[in-house]
Amino acid sequence: MFGKLSWAAVPFDQPIPLIAAALVGVVIIGVLAWVTLKGWLPYLWREWITSVDHKRIGIMYTVLAMVMLLRGFADAIMMRSQQALAFQSEGYLPPEHYDQIFSAHGTLMIFFVAMPFVIGLMNFVMPLQLGIRDVAFPTLNSVSLWLTATGALLVNISLVAGEFARTGWLPYPPLSELTYSPGVGVDYYLWALQISGVGTLLTGVNFVTTVLKMHAPGMTYMRMPMFCWTTLAANLLIVAAFPILTATLAMLLLDRYLGFHFFTNEAGGNVMMFMNLIWAWGHPEVYILILPAFGIFSEVIATFSRKPLFGYRSMVMATMAICVLSFTVWLHHFFTMGAGADVNAIFGIASMIIAVPTGVKVFNWLFTMYGGRVVYSQPILWSLGFMVTFVIGGMTGVLLAMPPADFVLHNSLFLVAHFHNVIIGGLLFGAFAGYTYWFPKAFGFRLHEGLGKASFWCWIIGFYVAFMPLYVLGLMGMTRRMQHYDVPAWRPWLLIAAGGAAIILAGIILQIAQLVVSIRRRDALRDETGDPWDGRSLEWATSSPPPAFNFAVLPHVEGEDAYWAMKQRARRQAKLGEEPGYTAIEMPRNSPTGFICAFFATVMGFALIWHIWWMVALAALGAYATFVAFAWRDRVEYVIPAETVARIDRANRSARSQALVAMQAAP
Amino acid sequence: MSAFEAAAGRDDGWRDRQPMAAHAAHGQVSKRIIVGYGFWIFLLSDIVMFSAFFASYAVLVGQTAGGPSGRELFDLRNTAIQTACLLLSSFACGLASIGAQTRRGSWFYGAMAATFVLGAAFVGLEAREFAGLVARGAGPTRSAFLSAFFTLVGCHGLHVTAGLLWLLTMMAQVFAKGYRADILRRMLCFSLFWHTLDIIWVALFTVVYLMGAGQ
Repeated sequence: MFGKLSWAAVPFDQPIPLIAAALVGVVIIGVLAWVTLKGWLPYLWREWITSVDHKRIGIMYTVLAMVMLLRGFADAIMMRSQQALAFQSEGYLPPEHYDQIFSAHGTLMIFFVAMPFVIGLMNFVMPLQLGIRDVAFPTLNSVSLWLTATGALLVNISLVAGEFARTGWLPYPPLSELTYSPGVGVDYYLWALQISGVGTLLTGVNFVTTVLKMHAPGMTYMRMPMFCWTTLAANLLIVAAFPILTATLAMLLLDRYLGFHFFTNEAGGNVMMFMNLIWAWGHPEVYILILPAFGIFSEVIATFSRKPLFGYRSMVMATMAICVLSFTVWLHHFFTMGAGADVNAIFGIASMIIAVPTGVKVFNWLFTMYGGRVVYSQPILWSLGFMVTFVIGGMTGVLLAMPPADFVLHNSLFLVAHFHNVIIGGLLFGAFAGYTYWFPKAFGFRLHEGLGKASFWCWIIGFYVAFMPLYVLGLMGMTRRMQHYDVPAWRPWLLIAAGGAAIILAGIILQIAQLVVSIRRRDALRDETGDPWDGRSLEWATSSPPPAFNFAVLPHVEGEDAYWAMKQRARRQAKLGEEPGYTAIEMPRNSPTGFICAFFATVMGFALIWHIWWMVALAALGAYATFVAFAWRDRVEYVIPAETVARIDRANRSARSQALVAMQAAP
Repeated sequence: MSAFEAAAGRDDGWRDRQPMAAHAAHGQVSKRIIVGYGFWIFLLSDIVMFSAFFASYAVLVGQTAGGPSGRELFDLRNTAIQTACLLLSSFACGLASIGAQTRRGSWFYGAMAATFVLGAAFVGLEAREFAGLVARGAGPTRSAFLSAFFTLVGCHGLHVTAGLLWLLTMMAQVFAKGYRADILRRMLCFSLFWHTLDIIWVALFTVVYLMGAGQ
């Protein structure tokens, strides 16, 4: 009846996952109870869960990322403390549990923190910057969000029912084959990623279409803000790379479920084919994550330097060059495969070449700041922290791109230090810069400056204290993923690294405090005009938070930095432009399709993991019925009357007029 | 005036004309262009997925593990009939598109039914081939070559099967709702999907069957 699922699947004998699961359960039930008692459930359903508004979907993606960041960070703390304790002893985490923790940490951080964070920011910002009202396919956007949430949910269900993979964040065969991993851990990993991967692919299709086909009048490609360009590049990579992941994981699933021989040791299977395929996705994935962060830094640095971005065209070229080159370097993840000196040399050189456009970008940011009056607010602090940290990470990356050096450093902590160096110092700092930069746009009030700056300093100092020792340990020969060790010389460095993790923890606590304090003092931090930073692109041309329709009248774009030009004209003439003629606006209606579809996807994923075949069939039928019901809708849009549009826009115009008058009055 | 001329010459119904407000809401491009463009992007991603399966097939084609190779297994006559079915079904699908654009029920339903029958025949022939191979002990678990073969060809077959389900849903929808603009856009996507399966089949037929049987 229930396939492989029985009470034996619940790990009653292991206190740590059980307590963690109980804690997560209590939090979820507590939040649900609170929301229900307050009577907010109908509001949440109507305004958020069924929303197809890109801004709300973006916010929900970001919330998902932040919650999962806490979960992934808890894993990180456990690993650091285990390695600090496990000198000539077992530590407190048994090997089979420790293996699950590092696998879950990597999986969560890449797929359910980094990806939703950048997709959330792209969702929220890109249509606003293009001057349009929504993405190309709003309901599909909601489907993407909820399928991503399904994946995150499945990973967390593995805490209670069964186990998670012990194979690392990429399930290398033959370890991940049924022979060596007979449990459900790898299946949890595979189905969570297959389902959320579909969501990500649909996002890619959606955003590529949006950027290439939908613009405000006059918004030509070469006038798009840098963030839109990096969004385009990242989503082109999603469209081209994620299908490879889907195919690769499908092959591993066939091996595990139906006894195929893609990656087995027997019957002609080829293990190294998995490495090639997974990294043909995996390396572009690195750029899917970092390119949007580059876009965020470009926006933040230009805004806070009060100057247009230096070398806009070269920035576009560099972005698109990275987009193409990212497909030519995958083999540097396994130089030790033994492909021979020629092959390794080609991929080593390609890996060094891809550092060139990145270098172009760094110089462009530096020249943007040069001669500008830099305002040291939170977003620019993250950006400066990024530039220093990322350059170090990039240089260790170029070091690893040399095959002879790589043979020594392969799978050592040097590698672990390198990729945390670029992911934390690049992507996460970028995400935080974007979070603090666009928060006032999303909610209408700024985040507390002091706590934000304190959090930044904890993060950056904590990062260096936690990860620089790992470079040293890597050079001393310590391999990654060690549950215990006997070398006395490693111990001090691991203790320092654990201290670094504690400093980062302080940074996270300060971020939570910042959010709470900012919400409580929101009236003092209010952004009245919608342009708190003296911004340059179109998202600052509308109110904060923007109305459902984004722009009362689509803006006319006449050059780069579209909003800056409009603002300068208003300042010269000492008044806003003429009030436009308002007309009624049609917007897509909300739809529960995404949520219901993800419900069935969750049931189906769970049933597939536990081999409950009747439930798989029922869930598939349910998902199909959901799509048919969606296709049968007769009313797909609702109309916002012209009076409402006028009322909302006039309120924002009057706030802006007042600000303009105040500015003119100032000496 | 024939349906062909109607499709070529008459513009109304062929392009769904949007009122100005809807135009403005989505930039300057019509919904039909956006939907078609987006679906093309999706199809390209699907082709990338197939290319991964093609690549793995190319790597594993020699790994027969002492079992049968393609030369011993492939029946080119069966494949030729399959190919004919699929290509004719694409022609029928083209006729159905014209039928939908010109709003002629008999054309639309007749051509869609023909598409379905031909597509189902294709899937049936493939299922018979697969069953025959498994019965001869040449199932996907026999060798890495057969694993890759069943996955690549089976993935295409699954696409055709999903297309058949979509086709029936499409017919039911036109029957229930008529030739509405959004339904015509879906029809556009369906025909793009169906023709793409042809393109993939041409590659598959060449790389797997012709090259396999000729070895």
